[in-house]
Amino acid sequence: MSKEEIPKEKLLWMYETMVRIRKSEEEASKHFAQGKIPGFVHLYIGEEAVAVGAMANLREEDVITSTHRGHGHFIAKGGDLKELWAELYGKRTGTCKGKGGSMHIADLRKGELGANGIVGGGIPHAVGAALAFKLSKSDRVSIAFFGDGASNQQNFHEGLNLASVWKLPVIFLCENNQYQISLPYSKQQAIRSVAERGSAYGVPGVEVDGQDVLAVYEVVKEAVERARRGEGPTLIEAKTYRYMGHFEGDPQVYRKKEEVEWWRKNKDPIEIFKKRLLDMGIAKESDLKNIEAKVDAEVKEAVKFAEESPYPDPKELYDDVFSTPTKGVLVWEWNF
Amino acid sequence: MGERMITFAEALNEALDQMMAKDEKVIVMGEDVGVYGGVFGVTKGLIEKYGPERVRDTPIAESGFIGAGIGAAAVGYRPVVELMFIDFLGVAFDQIYNQAAKMRYMFGGRAKIPLVLRTVAGAGFSAAAQHSQSLHSIFVHVPGLKVVMPSTPYDAKGLLISSIKDDDPVIFIEHKGLYGIKGPVPKDEYEVPLGVADVKRKGKDVTIVATAAMVHKSLRVAEKLAKEGVDIEVVDPRSLKPLDLDTILGSIKKTGRLVVVDEGYPRCGFATDIAAIAASMAFRNLKAPVKLVTPPDTPVPFSPALEPEWIPSENDIEKAVRKTVED
Repeated sequence: MSKEEIPKEKLLWMYETMVRIRKSEEEASKHFAQGKIPGFVHLYIGEEAVAVGAMANLREEDVITSTHRGHGHFIAKGGDLKELWAELYGKRTGTCKGKGGSMHIADLRKGELGANGIVGGGIPHAVGAALAFKLSKSDRVSIAFFGDGASNQQNFHEGLNLASVWKLPVIFLCENNQYQISLPYSKQQAIRSVAERGSAYGVPGVEVDGQDVLAVYEVVKEAVERARRGEGPTLIEAKTYRYMGHFEGDPQVYRKKEEVEWWRKNKDPIEIFKKRLLDMGIAKESDLKNIEAKVDAEVKEAVKFAEESPYPDPKELYDDVFSTPTKGVLVWEWNF
Repeated sequence: MGERMITFAEALNEALDQMMAKDEKVIVMGEDVGVYGGVFGVTKGLIEKYGPERVRDTPIAESGFIGAGIGAAAVGYRPVVELMFIDFLGVAFDQIYNQAAKMRYMFGGRAKIPLVLRTVAGAGFSAAAQHSQSLHSIFVHVPGLKVVMPSTPYDAKGLLISSIKDDDPVIFIEHKGLYGIKGPVPKDEYEVPLGVADVKRKGKDVTIVATAAMVHKSLRVAEKLAKEGVDIEVVDPRSLKPLDLDTILGSIKKTGRLVVVDEGYPRCGFATDIAAIAASMAFRNLKAPVKLVTPPDTPVPFSPALEPEWIPSENDIEKAVRKTVED
């Protein structure tokens, strides 16, 4: 279980992926401010270690369900950066052909069953995917990502109970970023941690420092192994923090600037991991600089791809409502 | 040898049995669907044949288990999930209308959700306001859902098989007053396609578009009035989305008189939808105002003295037909 056992390539993948999420999200913030990205955008900056530490344990065939704050999960699960950016722009080359946007980023081919505009909405889908894996006797697993706010939703409680009573290979990963939009955790619930709620359903609940990617990796590793062995679900609560507002444009009247600064300065997941990699002798400063430069180029290319891609044709409005065509009128339109 | 006669419930059971035998990805989930066989007996015997893994009793957690059906469908299973009463949709509606219905579209066609949600509608049992409603129109309102509502055992079996084979979420609505009715049903597997209405009775004077239990009442009224020389055509859409517009419009254009009979609430419902279609697409063919026969805009009452007043009756249908002929 010592950190040294993690292969160097995996450690560097973690660093690169965290940097990819950070740089892509920072760029998204700028482009939103410039009015180039329409709609609602919820950024993952500050929470990178959770998605990356978790996903480092998954195979491509494993699946996840995500949240409205889903870009980081998408990137860490192997989603294409260009397709992400094209989707943010509403272009036809986007991962959802411009039909979903930021809140519905998904790529089922990569096992990303979807970001979700409804808080807690995706949790039962991860449970159902895990049920399918169990029925087909495979050792695939699913992870449901959700926030502290979602832990008050019926889907959290029903999902945890179903997974427990059916002993399903699913990990419930709560990203407790301490605010449900504006409401701090202490005013959402009277118990100290979300993880404690596992005991109500006979599910082990574990708390972890969500700013420490290796700590996240280790607890998720244990949960994934347990799930693959057929021993059932685990609830993990990663304590984390979002640097940005709930959504881009949030005036953030509910917290002090100093609080955000404190987290940036003392608990930044990328800085913490960078120091660790250097201390462990896994990489030199120059290696990390090279990774950052490579990611900068990728993000630039992704933005260019999005900007240069065509918008969907107006006719595409009617595509992909259904899979199976039928007789009769399926997609109605009043004509006159 | 005569045709084999079985009940509506038995026809549904046979459809589930045949699809489960054929495809191991077909699973059944819901409250009391296992040993109990479903509260209306539709899943009877399946657990003995296919085991508790594939015929899965669930806790009372409709949002959770319907959502789990969606997740299983998204990774290649074909769940048939039972929502015990359509009235319970309120506790699970997000999973149906925001999740199942929209995933394919939101994800740019990269998701397939082959989920069937079987559920039970209809009044007539003194089950009062929370176990008697006909809420099909709510589902028809939402893009991305197919909505099926059969009236005969033959249609029930064939439509359920088509629904299970369909790659989209299908809301399959069974009227509880129909479970015991018998009709001819072939033993072998067969499909009744979605989007094809059935003319249950041919006629030339008045078109009645009726759904589920209302089809049978309309047919009885048609027989009665035939003796007076009023020749009624009864059209059962069978699937509400997709809608067989050609058959419905064709009939209206032929008769010029339309009565819509539906057990849903009177406002913004299936009946008003058909009336709007007639008004906007067959206005010049109409010889009389469209008549709508639905319950009143009240909850379903409990008392045996009140409930029959609420449910559209043969008398109501007869009155509507007579009025449209006079107009």
